[in-house]
Amino acid sequence: MSHHLISRRQMLAGTAAAGAVGLTGFPARAELNWKKYSGTTLEVILAKGPRGDNLQKYIKEFTELSGIKVESEQIPEQQQRQKCVIELSSGKPSFDVVHLSYHVQKRQFEKAGWLADMSGFLKDPSLTPPDLVESDFSAAGLQYARNDKGQMLSLPWSVDYFILYYNKELFQKKGVEVPKTLDEMAVAAEKLTDPKEGIYGFVGRGLRNANMAMWTNFYLNYGGEFLDAKGNILTDGPEAVEATKLYQRLLTKCAPPGVAGFNWMESMASFTQGRAAMWIDADGWAPPLEDPAASRVVGKVGYTLVPAGPKGKFSSTYGDGVGIPAASKNKEAAYLLCQWVVSRGQGARLLQAGGGVPFRNSIVDDPEVAKGVKTKEWLQSVVDSAKISKLGLPVIIPVAEFRDIVGAALTATLSGADPATELKKAHEQFRPILERSEKA
Amino acid sequence: MSVVTQASPAADKAFSSEVGTGSREENASKQDSRAGGSGDAAPAREWRPPSYWPFVIPALVVVLAVIVFPWVFTIWMSMQEWKVGSPTVFVGLANYLRLPTDPRFVEAVGHTLSYTALSVVLPLVFGTLAAVVFHQKFAARGFLRGIFIMPMMATPVAIALVWTMMFHPQLGVLNYLLSLVGLPPQLWVFNPTTVIPSLVLVETWQWTPLVMLIVLGGLAAIPTEPYESAQIDGANFWQVFRFITLPLIMPFLFIAGMIRMIDAVKSFDIIFAITQGGPGSASETINVYLYSVAFVYYDLGYGSAIAVVFFLLIVALAALLLYLRKRLLWTSELGDGA
Repeated sequence: MSHHLISRRQMLAGTAAAGAVGLTGFPARAELNWKKYSGTTLEVILAKGPRGDNLQKYIKEFTELSGIKVESEQIPEQQQRQKCVIELSSGKPSFDVVHLSYHVQKRQFEKAGWLADMSGFLKDPSLTPPDLVESDFSAAGLQYARNDKGQMLSLPWSVDYFILYYNKELFQKKGVEVPKTLDEMAVAAEKLTDPKEGIYGFVGRGLRNANMAMWTNFYLNYGGEFLDAKGNILTDGPEAVEATKLYQRLLTKCAPPGVAGFNWMESMASFTQGRAAMWIDADGWAPPLEDPAASRVVGKVGYTLVPAGPKGKFSSTYGDGVGIPAASKNKEAAYLLCQWVVSRGQGARLLQAGGGVPFRNSIVDDPEVAKGVKTKEWLQSVVDSAKISKLGLPVIIPVAEFRDIVGAALTATLSGADPATELKKAHEQFRPILERSEKA
Repeated sequence: MSVVTQASPAADKAFSSEVGTGSREENASKQDSRAGGSGDAAPAREWRPPSYWPFVIPALVVVLAVIVFPWVFTIWMSMQEWKVGSPTVFVGLANYLRLPTDPRFVEAVGHTLSYTALSVVLPLVFGTLAAVVFHQKFAARGFLRGIFIMPMMATPVAIALVWTMMFHPQLGVLNYLLSLVGLPPQLWVFNPTTVIPSLVLVETWQWTPLVMLIVLGGLAAIPTEPYESAQIDGANFWQVFRFITLPLIMPFLFIAGMIRMIDAVKSFDIIFAITQGGPGSASETINVYLYSVAFVYYDLGYGSAIAVVFFLLIVALAALLLYLRKRLLWTSELGDGA
């Protein structure tokens, strides 16, 4: 057993996490018995992306360590969500570990009682290494993972903060300062826009549903909240109207044509071609932006916080975690895998690859881990965002409907519709849906 | 070839007179007695299962399992409040009553109808023109025909991906082509007002060849005599097309139109892969909305209600087409006689 621990430490040494592992003081508590469930086979269902890749790439290490075989499949996000929901609702899911998107599924999974409570496992030294404690997860992560009763129903895996990407070269050319507030950003975007040259000051998601994630950065910074104390939705207030006016101003006056149909991919295309000076999106795009084969802006990209609004400075936050179905027969073995997935070694690899940001402060704040991150400015923007993070979507069951309905209202404003009228309409449309889903 | 005889005035008259004299039930019973011979002459005799019926069982089982059961189940589900993860509650017609108050559904019906109308009419027009052209004898006709029907064979999702790139307002090839002839760039699927016509463009590009194939079959079946007499009468090209070709291929056009309509009304892949119903909800058809309700919002009860209404809409459109078929074939008969 100890042989395996050592070999694992040696393996981690190569990933710059070694120093930190040494500091944790093994074995201060009772030894974690990795081999306890040797011979078990676990099924894992993953959403396709860098996180799933990171798990699959190194899963052999876990198998060597624990003797647990892991069968994993990666499915595109949308289909993965469907498959999980359908299997979980059948009561006999085919998997022992599920990769879930908190911002979409937290409330749904919680209310249906699909996930096993991990609180006990977390406190069990025979299952949890001493450095993994609840308080190490960021506030947003705990808010996502815990239910109303304070039980941990999953382990927070990777968090997405929205940050501002900007093109330093275009800023210099026009002599524009990097904006600190949303108002400054709008003014800067207008200055930087030059349609004759095909250069636009700002690009971001206009496409219904996807656009909500960007809009909430404005909404939160204008002082908006999603729900009142009674659980009513609040997206037609003056804060929402102001945020939407800014959204409309940026995307109609300073963004490339057709932005109403843009998701992150189209936005990124504009930005990497050097056609857009600013872009607000999730933090995971540093690797493609700095890839000489795909990007014309390598070395010219600035990374910073989303500018502050008149009433706040937040970074809208989304995230995913790993959970165990309540119906799984291998809960302890599955938990061993879950805590390995969010372990320091795996988290460091994820961060260094630029594929995601771990929810654990001890990894993000670790200077040893930071040494392995190529883009320092990016890392700084992520570390700073963590301090001002705020959930980017309301924690309700019909999140998807909410995003579709309010998102459609936002897209409508891009064809000139009045923000207040559209938001009011969306609000009226969404209210009965929320009432219907929460009463059950 | 039976279709052709039906198109001839005499056969059509015979057909309509039969429909005119006998009521539907009578016709049905006539057919029954012809097919089964179970004897409507002796009603007193005790009922025995017809001798053929063991042979029907396999087909019956399949029909019950894959058509009747799902339908009954869908109707039953449409009367439940059933969200995945929550218990089901019987709510009667509440899901149906919700439909007219749901602006997204109402909007989706409009989009479905305009999308369907455009993507039936345009392929019919272009397909007919293409068929008339490809019916002429010229060099490399077979080769060109082969090229022309290629879009039909491609996978919709692959087509969608390629067209999405072509539609891109800044980087797409379509705007480049427009710029070559001095036209301003368009926003194509990235603008709510042009998104449906743009999607119909893809649909038309893909399905015009199908219409062409069907109409070519029709053209091949037309006898040469009417054309010869038209030549003697000195009819021009348009007159020949309007008074000879068009009436004679009308039954084929109806078949093509019917196939196109059923296909267009339930079209999903192209729309979903290119726009996902956007921008906003500007291209959200009933089918796309139904997908969201059932598989993104997991509202299975409401989704089933939409499915039932959607089915009824398709039946209504098919009935309308059948009605028009009778009307239009009748006028074509008049035109023929005049």
